[in-house]
Amino acid sequence: MARPLRSARLRAAALTLPLVFFVGVTFIAPLGSILVRSIHEPQVADALPQTLASLEAWDGTSVPSEDMFRTLATEFRLLDEQRKLGSVATRVNRLESGMRSTMLDTARALGDADPDSWRDAMIAADPVWGEAKAWLAVRRAGERFTLRHYLNAIDLDRDASGNIVAQPPDRRIYLPLLFRTLGVSLVISVICLILGYPVAYLIANASPARSNLLLLLVLVPFWTSLLVRTTSWIVLLQNQGVVNDLLVAIGVIGDEGRIALVYNMVGTLVAMTQILLPFMILPLYAVMRSISPVHLRAASSLGATFRQGFVHVYWPQTLPGVAAGSLLVFILSIGYYITPALVGGRTGQLISNMIAYHMQESLNWGLAAALGVILLLGVMLLYLVYNRLVGIERMRLS
Amino acid sequence: MTGHRSERKAAARGGRQVFVTFLLAALACWHAGCGTGGITVVSWGGSYAEACKKAFFDPFSAETGIEVRVESFNGGLAQIRAQVETGNVHWDVVDLEFADVVKGCDEGLFEVIDIDEFPPAPDGTSARDDYFEGTYSECGGGGTYYSGVYAYNRESFSGERPSTLEDFFDLGKFPGRRGMRRTPVVNLELALMADGVPTEEVYAVLSTPEGVDRAFRKLDTIKSDVVWWETGAQPPQMLADREVVMSTAFNGRIFNAQVLEDQPFTIVWDGQVLDYGQLAIVAGTPRIEAAKQFLLFASRIESMAAVGRYIAYSPTRRSGMDLITTHAETGIDMRPHMPSAPENLARALRNNPEWWTNHAEEMTERFSAWLAR
Amino acid sequence: MRQSMASFGFGERMGRGLHLAFCAAVLIFLIAPMLVVIPLSFNAEPYFTFTEGMLSLDPEAYSLRWYRNVIEDGIWQRALGNSILIGVAATAIATTLGVLAALGLANPAMPGRGFVTSLLISPMVTPIIISAAGMFFFYSRLGLGQTHLSLILAHAVLGTPFVVISVTATLVGFDRNLVRAGASLGAGPFLVFRRIQLPLIAPGVISGSLFAFAASFDEVVTVLFLGGLEQRTIPRQMWSGIREQISPEILAVATFLVVFALLLLGAVEWLRGRGRSGAAGGE
Repeated sequence: MARPLRSARLRAAALTLPLVFFVGVTFIAPLGSILVRSIHEPQVADALPQTLASLEAWDGTSVPSEDMFRTLATEFRLLDEQRKLGSVATRVNRLESGMRSTMLDTARALGDADPDSWRDAMIAADPVWGEAKAWLAVRRAGERFTLRHYLNAIDLDRDASGNIVAQPPDRRIYLPLLFRTLGVSLVISVICLILGYPVAYLIANASPARSNLLLLLVLVPFWTSLLVRTTSWIVLLQNQGVVNDLLVAIGVIGDEGRIALVYNMVGTLVAMTQILLPFMILPLYAVMRSISPVHLRAASSLGATFRQGFVHVYWPQTLPGVAAGSLLVFILSIGYYITPALVGGRTGQLISNMIAYHMQESLNWGLAAALGVILLLGVMLLYLVYNRLVGIERMRLS
Repeated sequence: MTGHRSERKAAARGGRQVFVTFLLAALACWHAGCGTGGITVVSWGGSYAEACKKAFFDPFSAETGIEVRVESFNGGLAQIRAQVETGNVHWDVVDLEFADVVKGCDEGLFEVIDIDEFPPAPDGTSARDDYFEGTYSECGGGGTYYSGVYAYNRESFSGERPSTLEDFFDLGKFPGRRGMRRTPVVNLELALMADGVPTEEVYAVLSTPEGVDRAFRKLDTIKSDVVWWETGAQPPQMLADREVVMSTAFNGRIFNAQVLEDQPFTIVWDGQVLDYGQLAIVAGTPRIEAAKQFLLFASRIESMAAVGRYIAYSPTRRSGMDLITTHAETGIDMRPHMPSAPENLARALRNNPEWWTNHAEEMTERFSAWLAR
Repeated sequence: MRQSMASFGFGERMGRGLHLAFCAAVLIFLIAPMLVVIPLSFNAEPYFTFTEGMLSLDPEAYSLRWYRNVIEDGIWQRALGNSILIGVAATAIATTLGVLAALGLANPAMPGRGFVTSLLISPMVTPIIISAAGMFFFYSRLGLGQTHLSLILAHAVLGTPFVVISVTATLVGFDRNLVRAGASLGAGPFLVFRRIQLPLIAPGVISGSLFAFAASFDEVVTVLFLGGLEQRTIPRQMWSGIREQISPEILAVATFLVVFALLLLGAVEWLRGRGRSGAAGGE
């Protein structure tokens, strides 16, 4: 008995193996590389090996020795010749603002000179070399493994003596953004529930022919390209767009008083709600369809008003659908990127847009990766909850 | 029944063939890179890229037979750094703001070019002497002057119209949304000038922490009414759609919208920030020979001046200035539309690429944190 | 609607009226944006709003010029070619691997099913920016940056969850005795699959692969991160269009895509109907 079972298990597992392998290589491994990027930053360590070795013995407060100055200057010069100093300096600059120009100017000021005192020559090039903070910045940038990006991702940093401190107020942007993303997702989930519940009810209780027709109305946007739907919102909401034209035409606003409906948070909320609404309606509909109308009828025949019947009998039975739809919409919206990028303007951006910014523009890949890992953990947690509550096997596409 | 089945089989076979062909094509692309025949030149898109294409991309292809593929970007070194860092260089020549050419050159992102190989001026002056002072880098070639100005749509104003830089920052006098480029470059300078800093002191003020604070405070006053643009093509579009009442812009884009599309736009030259750019070859490109050939072609006076026949940007070589005549398509005299025309220079700031080379990193970081708040 | 509702009082009937009005408003909210795009794509003027001529149905105000531009533009042609190439190849991989995996998952003997299912579905719920960033790091290191292959692999893995879910759904009611019967009659596993399982799951396979293709055909973020000039797809081209210079051509392409979506939806619904009537016939 045991043997056929085992071979059946093996056969089943063998069938899933190719895809498990494929997902592992093309998906899990890339996610792993994000994790690595978020803690591993070897570029400075590779570029300044001797300086960093000499800094290991340094106490972190006193003015470094002549030897350390010479080592640093020599490595700077070498890097400058290879045209690699710029990118190293950029990394150090992220820890101590101003270090980029300090390092490049110093390398240039030293030129090919062979001064008697490297210390004097470097301090002459930039007095900041006389202070511990410049050296500390170089030392910290040289850490191969660091949790710095995670600290930065939650608006913290280490000060010169290594204590964890809050970022200055004007640079605390990531936590507020994270909360904004969560808030926006929550608002969208609630709006989708409010808009979607009555519609799902209508579809679930309509005659089959009408139900199919209504369902199509929900499925058409579901199948339509995200970019098309986003474009259409721009067309509708922009200043000279259809909605504003309509409002002007019926006299709600004057031609001068057109409302800014897009390239701000309003645009993000409206477009995302419309795009995610089908993900709410479909699971609600699936649950409602399986609820027998007999229950409500029974309640009403027992003298309950429609409202009582709804609150005590119907609503509790739809809770699985409510949970499934809301969680799905929430999970999808906290990772949303395209729509906020196109219609969000400055104020309608979400955490994904910040990750994209650090991936593509500031090239602070470590920070992008740390933000990504935090977002990923959040989504995975919600995914587990979803799995527990709804069951991933019950996910339906149409 | 059997006929049906064999038909299906044939269809399946056909499908398989198509699939295999696709896969082979994909593999070929993966291995060799699709279309390696030409070079990829990265420019700023829209009417500027159009102008460059007519002015010297196409003539270059005609002369050498090397195909020029045009990709567009929004400036900056990020994408080039990413390519060099990950070892996937697929851009060959990039058209950049001058500060970025210098910075990228420092970082080893660009190939060093010997300016003495550039063709001399018609009178025999060497290219080195023919370039205006400070407008060439050891990694750059070609080059044009352009200007950061602001412009408005005349239809957006029934009464008084903006005429000074101060008006751009005056929400009381001219309410409505403004377009600005999503970068600190030019914006910080405009803010200080509008706040009363004389043009010759702008960079000195910006070099102090208080000066930077002052610029951001000035930007704060209009922050909630600004729509941020990224590509040069956006400002004329936003003005035409009246998404904004006025917008900063590259002057040539507004010029093209005026002459080619008859848009009712007016450029306010007061407080313009005069800047220039150059082309550079991305280090490590496998198509270095073709790229070099292209750069030399782009550095000819005729090529540089030809740009000025399609868009209101002038060459950075002295001898090219004489070649500026009329707009190639409409016959309009180009000179009064150039940023360098005397009447446009009453209050003009010359961008200081050196300052930006040293401070772009910090300013950009601060600017993006400021935007996010 | 439902007869029983009539037994409720006047207030309830009012409520029903409000309910219907509310639902109509929501459905309009869902559909209207797309409906607006279609007529505007025939606008003779380069604007995104209804001109007076359009409102008075003046034929002069309508034109096919944007469609002509799109069809004649080599950029859009290449983008279409790339979209199809990447979409078809990715779908082929996703379908093959997804169907096999779904067969394994549907087997009651499958060990660790919950975990494996979550793993295989995870590409669908992971925020796309994270997937794309990870793939960018990973494929660049392998020297696959800016290649069609990297995009095909990316879209394939993003498409597999759709196939797994659709096929698993069709296998839920599957009677495994049929497999055993087939095997006991001496049929090999491949023959059993082809003759017994495949016909039953065919609707699920096709609709899953249509989903995977549609997902690839609409995907822009991985293309932004992994693709270069040579890998421009339709959505990538639209993305630059929307960000750089919205032209009415975008609306013409959008209209194409709406029609395409309707065709896909029609195909999936037809398959679903067939699957259902097939099952009903069997009962």
